[in-house]
Amino acid sequence: MEQKIAELQERAKTIRRHIISMLCEAGSGHPGGSLSAADMVAALFFDTMRLDPENPEWQGRDRFVLSKGHAAPVLYAALAEKGFFPVEELQTLRKLGSRLQGHPDMKKLPGVEMSTGSLGQGLSAANGMAMGLRLDGGDQRVYVMLGDGEIQEGQVWEAAMAAAHYKLDNLTAFLDYNNLQIDGPVEEVMGVAPLADKWRAFGWQVIEIDGHDLAQILTAIEEAKATKGKPTMVIAKTVKGKGVCFMENQAGWHGNAPKPEQRDQALVELA
Amino acid sequence: MTKKIATRDAYGQELVRLGAENKDVVVLDADLSKSTKTYDFFKNYPERFFNMGIAEANMMVTAAGLATVGKIPFASTFAMFATGRAFEQIRNSIAYPRLNVKIAATHAGITVGEDGGSHQSIEDIAIMRSLPGMTVFVPADAVETAAAIKAAAEIKGPVYIRLGRSGVPVLHGDDFKFTPGEAVTLREGEDVALIATGIMVSMALEAADILADEGIKAMVIDVHTIKPLDIFAIVEAARKCGAVVTAEEHSIIGGLGSAVAETLSEHQPVPLQRVGMRDTFGESGKPDELLKHFGLTAEALVEAAKKAVAKKSR
Repeated sequence: MEQKIAELQERAKTIRRHIISMLCEAGSGHPGGSLSAADMVAALFFDTMRLDPENPEWQGRDRFVLSKGHAAPVLYAALAEKGFFPVEELQTLRKLGSRLQGHPDMKKLPGVEMSTGSLGQGLSAANGMAMGLRLDGGDQRVYVMLGDGEIQEGQVWEAAMAAAHYKLDNLTAFLDYNNLQIDGPVEEVMGVAPLADKWRAFGWQVIEIDGHDLAQILTAIEEAKATKGKPTMVIAKTVKGKGVCFMENQAGWHGNAPKPEQRDQALVELA
Repeated sequence: MTKKIATRDAYGQELVRLGAENKDVVVLDADLSKSTKTYDFFKNYPERFFNMGIAEANMMVTAAGLATVGKIPFASTFAMFATGRAFEQIRNSIAYPRLNVKIAATHAGITVGEDGGSHQSIEDIAIMRSLPGMTVFVPADAVETAAAIKAAAEIKGPVYIRLGRSGVPVLHGDDFKFTPGEAVTLREGEDVALIATGIMVSMALEAADILADEGIKAMVIDVHTIKPLDIFAIVEAARKCGAVVTAEEHSIIGGLGSAVAETLSEHQPVPLQRVGMRDTFGESGKPDELLKHFGLTAEALVEAAKKAVAKKSR
């Protein structure tokens, strides 16, 4: 277990380095929410999910939907590291002709399960996947990552209702609770607390963790798998910009790319 | 008058048939299954029917998710809520990723009747045809509806099917051949082309009879596929007749009239008159009363045809 966690920590660090490099090269994009989700994404892609990069369309694979699609760099980094496409291609992010669109595009890039980015829609899509896979009697699981600001969208609660109504226990959602959105702290822009109570009231199993603690992440994933008759929401307390000191807890780094000297400084921290 | 069947009824029956034929067909509804007629599918295949409650946005994207795992989802609600409330979900989660979702929207147009203007969708054709890659079917009768639903299930990609609440005459026989994107010439003529869609097709046929009595030979074209539009048929009709009238139970802004105007302006400019809702909302009333009130009648088509013909000779 300790060795596994050390390996996943190293994966997360590599993912963070890719995030910083590709955003600097792109000159625009969203580092804060990509960095906050990196540990959960590392756990899912390098421990939990059954995937076959050689055969991205394999029916038996688990699904991951990045509902907070602006955090595309964290998904792209994980997919490249997993072998879905060459790591060098990360440097084409947001450029004309690239498969790495500003927000994930399932028609362009292998491994992307759903085109997302318009907030509030990913959970609905994940529900549909979970319903369809269950209909076919498969044991695939569906994972979805939401942002905390994102859940201000009403559709998220429509989907929350539906997932519980249809008892989608093959669905695990993560809430990247970094408490910052573009305009500032989530509780100042439009309060979403108390989160655990809300999701429980909607009929979900709720697990609260530190979203940067890989042991807690893995335990939560196992607990979700063992839960029958209801979907699971993992509310993960995170730090926006995690891993780069000058980005941490700064709303300004929601949607700004690092300059070359800032990239270099960040990469030293993430070495 | 021939037998009348609402296109929504034909939809419900065809869905049941499709459900037996293809186990991947699933149906979603937003608490309107008895009105949209998806209830028949529910009765036959309850495990493949998902009532999503009064939450259209979530329904559309759930359908998208089902499509990603190989299902052929038909999502139904009233046209107003499908294309209005859930537009951005259709745009970004269905059309943008070109997912295999069929949006079968009923209660389109003013023949919804008594429920009034808030429920009468007169913009849905415009909205749906503006989306890249979206196929748009507007069947004229029960036979076309069944064929369009069958075709929709076979098309790989998003399809919007516009259906109505009220009974409409059955125009086609059992031998009718439906080809997506191919307009149907129901009547030949050389003085004016009446290009109609949906429930206005039967009125165009009536109008052609009236015009014939007055010595004007009208061609009647049934455009069951708004997108991809049969540009060839429209240009040929304009070339042959030299005057065109469009007819739709929809706003003349953005619908069939606009699509035909765009086509003619680029390829074959001829005098054009558009019959439809003239930048106004509907209101409560009986379907027939409303059609008269808003000028969606055979008589209105006749007047429009005469205007178009008169302009031709100038």
